[in-house]
Amino acid sequence: MVKAFDFPGGIHPPARKAASTQHPIATAALPRRVMLPLGQHVGQPAEPCVAVGQRVATGTRVARAQGLISADVHASITGEVIAIEPYPVPHPAGLNELCIVIEGDGIRDDWALLPSLDWHSAADDTLYARLNASGVVGLGGAGFPTQVKARVRERHAIDTLIVNAAECEPYISADDMTLREHAADVLEGARLIARLSGAQRIIIGIENDKPEAISALNRAIAAANTETVEVTLKDFPARYPSGGEKQLIKRLLGREVPSRGLPADVGVLCHNPGTLRAALQAVRDGRPLVSRIVTLTGEALTRPGNVEARLGTPMIELLAAAGLDEARLARLVMGGPMMGIELSRLELPLVKSSNCLIAATLDELPPPPVEQPCIRCGACEDACPAGLLPQQLYWFAKSREHDKAELFNLFDCIECGACSFVCPSHIPLVDYYRAAKSEIRAQAFEARKAEHAKHRFEFRQARIEREAAEKEARRQARAQAAKRPSGIAANSTTPVPGSTGRGHDQPAAADTDLKSLRIAQAAAKAAVRKAEKVLARVSQSTGSKGQQQGQSDGEIEDLEVQLATARENLAAIEARLAAAKDAAADATQEPAPQRRSPDTDQERTP
Amino acid sequence: MLEWINDHGMLAAIFALAGLSVAFGALLGYAGERFRVEDDPVVERIDALLPQTQCGQCGYPGCKPYAEAISQGDVINKCPPGGDATIAALADLLGREATPLDGEAQDAPRVAYIREDECIGCTKCIQACPVDAILGAAKHMHTVIADECTGCDLCLDPCPVDCIDMIPRDDDVDAWRPPLPAGPGHRPTALLIASDRAQPSHTTRQEASHG
Amino acid sequence: MSLMHQSQVSRQPTDTGRVMTWLLLATLPGIATLTWHFGLGVLSNVLLAGAFAAGLEALVLRLRRRTVRPVLADNSALVTGVLLGASLPPGTSLWLILVGMVAAIVVAKQLYGGLGQNPFNPAMVGYALLLISFPAAMTQWAAPHGLLSPDGLSLGELLARVTGTSSGMNSGTGVDAWSGATPLDAFKHKPDALLASEFWASNPLPDGTQAAWRNVALAWLAGGALLLYKRLIGWQIPLSMLAAMGVLASFLYAVDPSHHGSPAFHWLNGAAVFGAFFIATDPVSAATSRKGKLYYGAGIGVLVMLIRETGAYPDAVAFAVLLMNFTVPFIDYYTQPRTQGHARPNRGIKVTRLDDEEAS
Repeated sequence: MVKAFDFPGGIHPPARKAASTQHPIATAALPRRVMLPLGQHVGQPAEPCVAVGQRVATGTRVARAQGLISADVHASITGEVIAIEPYPVPHPAGLNELCIVIEGDGIRDDWALLPSLDWHSAADDTLYARLNASGVVGLGGAGFPTQVKARVRERHAIDTLIVNAAECEPYISADDMTLREHAADVLEGARLIARLSGAQRIIIGIENDKPEAISALNRAIAAANTETVEVTLKDFPARYPSGGEKQLIKRLLGREVPSRGLPADVGVLCHNPGTLRAALQAVRDGRPLVSRIVTLTGEALTRPGNVEARLGTPMIELLAAAGLDEARLARLVMGGPMMGIELSRLELPLVKSSNCLIAATLDELPPPPVEQPCIRCGACEDACPAGLLPQQLYWFAKSREHDKAELFNLFDCIECGACSFVCPSHIPLVDYYRAAKSEIRAQAFEARKAEHAKHRFEFRQARIEREAAEKEARRQARAQAAKRPSGIAANSTTPVPGSTGRGHDQPAAADTDLKSLRIAQAAAKAAVRKAEKVLARVSQSTGSKGQQQGQSDGEIEDLEVQLATARENLAAIEARLAAAKDAAADATQEPAPQRRSPDTDQERTP
Repeated sequence: MLEWINDHGMLAAIFALAGLSVAFGALLGYAGERFRVEDDPVVERIDALLPQTQCGQCGYPGCKPYAEAISQGDVINKCPPGGDATIAALADLLGREATPLDGEAQDAPRVAYIREDECIGCTKCIQACPVDAILGAAKHMHTVIADECTGCDLCLDPCPVDCIDMIPRDDDVDAWRPPLPAGPGHRPTALLIASDRAQPSHTTRQEASHG
Repeated sequence: MSLMHQSQVSRQPTDTGRVMTWLLLATLPGIATLTWHFGLGVLSNVLLAGAFAAGLEALVLRLRRRTVRPVLADNSALVTGVLLGASLPPGTSLWLILVGMVAAIVVAKQLYGGLGQNPFNPAMVGYALLLISFPAAMTQWAAPHGLLSPDGLSLGELLARVTGTSSGMNSGTGVDAWSGATPLDAFKHKPDALLASEFWASNPLPDGTQAAWRNVALAWLAGGALLLYKRLIGWQIPLSMLAAMGVLASFLYAVDPSHHGSPAFHWLNGAAVFGAFFIATDPVSAATSRKGKLYYGAGIGVLVMLIRETGAYPDAVAFAVLLMNFTVPFIDYYTQPRTQGHARPNRGIKVTRLDDEEAS
């Protein structure tokens, strides 16, 4: 029923983009003080690399990326670092986060630029390093470090770069305006990223309600048609959420990103126009990411529009410059009205992922009415762009039946809010899904941790066991060495600890004992081989695929512990077997051999 | 013979029932053998529900021994780190009644932290740690690998200088979780900008609009 | 969650209360036509049932210590009442309606937790209970004397009948005016020897009965069209139910036209259209996925035909709907849509065991 080049569901919310597209992009006044949160991106927060009191120029790196997925933070004004403390940041729960606060005079703006690079000739590694050092992250809202995304080539074959200019969410017009005014830059940025990722073609996906941006793009494409990479512009009717990565890929290429996979799994890379421009500026101009284009809109503003503002600027300054009428302001939203987050205060800093600020009046975005019971009408199912059953997921999330929610593919939900939009009972469905997802993730984390602890405990037990066995074997060897010359008398007077009174040292018992030990040894060897095989398989598969880096690392570590445990067990059994062989050899010569109790041996048999 | 049985209705009923029960019993027995599902030993399944802290607060040296004890009939409420959730899960698995926790519940997950300047390097905690999460050598300062620590407290007692603290575990997952909405009949939360907002914002606004 | 809502932009009513109000509006043509043909008894049914529904809902909510007003405002109880009232024989006694509404609202709906939680269609639970417990009263349909005709029931007679102060069928205008049967009923009980054409030629029913039922069905169809236009119901259930009935009826009619009704006969008589658009589409108790709705509707259609042809009851929408309500969880498990990014849709709930995980 679903066409090959389309995604299911979708909704048509009112666009409300006209207000902010009347005027060209303005430049916001230089702020006197900026607050730069250290976690403006997906992944680990950056680590400050400046001290309080230090003077910084615009573009100086003030915090360094930490770990695999992270991004640098740069000073966005010239001035002095006056504090590195937790401050409220844009967050759904209004949490505090460590921020670097820089104070300037609002006039001086000295730039610390990096040397300019020619991306046509520069080496890949130089470009990666430059992107890394410029703190460029996805500016569409998610904030994934661009450098990490560009490196995807190391693991995947990329054939297509998609420029995600759909901008399907109401109100937001930042990408639209960026394309109208900087189409050439965006296109060159796309070529840069396409070269880095090895994509042979670039497809620009845009909704056809942005005619100016489309014509600007067409001009830019025509102007630069000498390039080798093929660039196509595809426009399509507006429908939310066609700007969702997976939805856009489906719509443009007819490919489906596998569940829990990345676009790279189907050979695609998606980038937002703003990000591409920022990447180009970082390479061509040596300009790190210190500002972004943000849409200021909403009926509480008298002069809505798009401005290029420095990161860390207090939102209140931007809104005030756009003519904020505080008496009418009822809700402040960062991002779009479908997926954005509500902010409870106006003093928060602008961050890398703030693509839009909506200062809405009460009539414009009224507070949600009381949630009513679900009547399973199925309106959400018709709207869902991922082909889920939101009504079922709702029941499972509500009753915390997490296993069922996962079976109904909860994790394929992109949290676009289309289901909440159409729900006649005004159920905040996405809130339910978010809660359930985070609970499942937390439980999985705990379970992994418990599993890991268990393996480490088993390893320790095995190690102690082996040590005991080896010690015992050594002791026995010593005893036998001492006994052989001296005679038989010592044997009967030194009973081995743990030996039971069963079977008075008959050679037959010793034989069965040896036999069971040999069986145990074979089993332990098999266990070691199996553990080795599993480890090899997993490390190989992560080498070739490697999605959830951190997770697979943990898994490998865990398997290594299991392998070590198996080896310890083997060593313990071998030590014991050796001891038993000695004893058996003695037993054939002498009537009273020493041997270990079969009871304890059986314990060791896995 | 048949006639005789028919004459004695009671006997006919008894024979019929006995025959049926033998037949069905045989059928069930055969089916049970033929279609038997190889199940995990119950010990493994109990062990999987335990938090694997290996703290020994249950009186057994680790989670696996306690799992074995439970399978042999020990009570299921001896695990403070697991708390009520674990008891409920065990009760569910074993079909027993969930009883209140025997002992004090532990709230937040914790990790051990060694005040390193006080440590004398006695290695006693290293020997006590059930998961080898403490690093160090004799006469040298020890430290805890926070990621491996299960928060079992077993290192606290052996320490001769009491330099080990239990501190709340710090990881991203516990930082903030979106809450589950209250349900039908409640208004979903909305962050309305309050009109009685703190004054400074107004001054900022004026400054900015003048500037 | 989204801060915007459909209610700001769409012709589709997007609030449960308003959805239910539109549903009530959509029942008006059907109720009006019923009243026109079968007299004021229809109106008294609907009004009484609606009043009982709202009253009982409020009472139970109070007993359950829930807020009454916002829940009543969603009008869902009223809808249940009106639907049940419209399916009862005209002029049903007050007491029967009360019993039916207690079964519908208290037992089938509120005891399960109220709106959205009931596994069975409340109106049909009430109807089925009445049909089984009071078969005589429930199968006597008024002859289509028309609202204004002098043969019909006068207001006073109706009142006496409804309140039970007259001694039922034996008084007043006598048995004749009330011993009507629906065409379905009559056709079902026709002597086997008689061919269908001979049967209809013998004028087994009062004048205008067939036309009245046809008009009623068409009126319900008009209401259903409104529901479809307003997107209050999906097309899946009505279409698949009527199609399944049509297919089965055509088959039987083709095999033996002398003893089976034509598809049109089955569609236009009894509660087929009413059930397809107003009863089976109750979202709470119906299957929920799009494909599931097709199966669900088709199942109802097949069951209706089976019971009509071979069962003891002349019409069977209530039983068919209730029977299919039982199968809803099953249907839902096996008709999940294919989620984007998955090669194939899920089929049912898998039990994961520990050893499965180990093995994988």
